[in-house]
Amino acid sequence: MSEMISIQNVSKWYGEFQVLTDCTTSVAKGEVVVVCGPSGSGKSTLIKCVNALEPFQKGEIIVNGTSVGNPKTNLPKLRSQVGMVFQHFELFPHLTITENLAIAQIKVLGRGRDEAEAKGLALLERVGLKAHAHKHPGQLSGGQQQRVAIARALAMDPICMLFDEPTSALDPEMINEVLDVMTELAQEGMTMMCVTHEMGFARRVADRVIFMDRGHIVEDCHKDAFFGSPRSERAQQFLSKILQH
Amino acid sequence: MNYNWDWNIFFKSTGIGDEIYLDWFISGLGWTIALALAAWAIALVIGGLLGVMRTLPNKWLSGLATAYVELFRNVPLLVQLFIWYFVVPDYLPEQTQVWFKQELNPMVSAYISVTLCLGLFTAARVCEQVRTGIQALPKGQANAAMAVGFTLPQVYRHVLLPQAFRVVIPPLTSEFLNVFKNSSVASLIGLMELLAQAKQTAEFSANIFEAFTLATLIYFTLNMSIMKFMGWVEKRVRIPGLMVEGGK
Ligand SMILES: Nc1ncnc2c1ncn2[C@@H]1O[C@H](COP(=O)(O)OP(=O)(O)OP(=O)(O)O)[C@@H](O)[C@H]1O
Ligand SMILES: [Mg+2]
Repeated sequence: MSEMISIQNVSKWYGEFQVLTDCTTSVAKGEVVVVCGPSGSGKSTLIKCVNALEPFQKGEIIVNGTSVGNPKTNLPKLRSQVGMVFQHFELFPHLTITENLAIAQIKVLGRGRDEAEAKGLALLERVGLKAHAHKHPGQLSGGQQQRVAIARALAMDPICMLFDEPTSALDPEMINEVLDVMTELAQEGMTMMCVTHEMGFARRVADRVIFMDRGHIVEDCHKDAFFGSPRSERAQQFLSKILQH
Repeated sequence: MNYNWDWNIFFKSTGIGDEIYLDWFISGLGWTIALALAAWAIALVIGGLLGVMRTLPNKWLSGLATAYVELFRNVPLLVQLFIWYFVVPDYLPEQTQVWFKQELNPMVSAYISVTLCLGLFTAARVCEQVRTGIQALPKGQANAAMAVGFTLPQVYRHVLLPQAFRVVIPPLTSEFLNVFKNSSVASLIGLMELLAQAKQTAEFSANIFEAFTLATLIYFTLNMSIMKFMGWVEKRVRIPGLMVEGGK
């Protein structure tokens, strides 16, 4: 398998504070990788480095052959190819759902409005929200907003998708509707890097699990190995805590 | 107190040509409105730009905007006015100087000075409102906008500014009202705007109370109309499902 995302010896500091220490891993095309770990361990930071929402000081990240840290890289173009879904949805509240789905297609990819809206509508139907096309994000529930956010990312025909705790701001009854969409995506072969604590999802859908602690990648292995016998004590503690809930 | 109220004074002749006092007020109101609108246009454009600059990652641009704000906010308005009217013209090129000081109608040169002064003064205040409005947005919005591939100008144009604009309507409304109130400093350099006309009426007719009552009423009506209008604008652009309370 060829590599979609390659992270090599990445370190990052906020001033004196080191958030990431020598992180190395990769995501192959079509692979689904779940990133987990305690709060503050640097999961969000790592995933944001992948599409250059955060700069890093050391190491290299290569996405589909393009070096993210290279100052000559056209970052907006790179980001337009990498879909990202956030914990708090971050739909554009002043635009309708239709406009949310169309605007980047039009302004970034140069698609015509009709084409963009048709594509948006098709994706909306796919996540089961076609009837809400005319509404504004504030008029939808959290789970609905997150499904729209996934559709917004898909509208750009991304080569891979990044998820940063997509379900942790949701009420429990809404978590599954979002996980279902993600599961479907994974089954279609989308390359995905997901920060999530949904271990059921990881067990069912992931190929690999990465465990982070205090800025280090502590475990990086096949999901069966991770759930079967995590080697590090920290990962064992983390798992036993999270599986209790 | 033995004061002879006479509300008919406004329809009496001023003794100059065939003008009545009301004509003075109308002309004064005209200058006040012309002054406030032009100054407000300057303040919005420059203040908006500076406000955006203060939120940019570039240290030089944001530093420049900060310096502007510090300068224009910390020098009293009257001092600024005297600088624009008495000092700045002396540093204009020879020909422009002659034109400004001698050929131009003195009312017009005063108008230009006050407009610039008030516009640039208010720009500093508008800048701060715009900056606060942008910074009040959730940080994830800028990230989400960049994540779909927008360039920095597009992030501002399509995501940050349309939202910030709605947030800053109430504070900008009160800045706009301040422009009207502050426009009365123009009377100090001889521009016959509303306050100056009221003063002149009081002096000519000795009906001091009527003159200032009318001026007060006019300022009050202006302010109320602007507030009503801006309240209407705010309602029109309100985002469905959001800002139900009409943010303060
Ligand atoms: N802008 C910043 N400036 C300074 N420190 C930061 C900044 N952003 C994050 N940090 C710190 O970096 C560390 C890693 O943060 P990060 O958000 O990546 O953690 P996380 O693993 O995603 O945690 P969570 O599960 O709470 O989302 C934390 O200790 C955090 O306090
Ligand atoms: Mg996080």
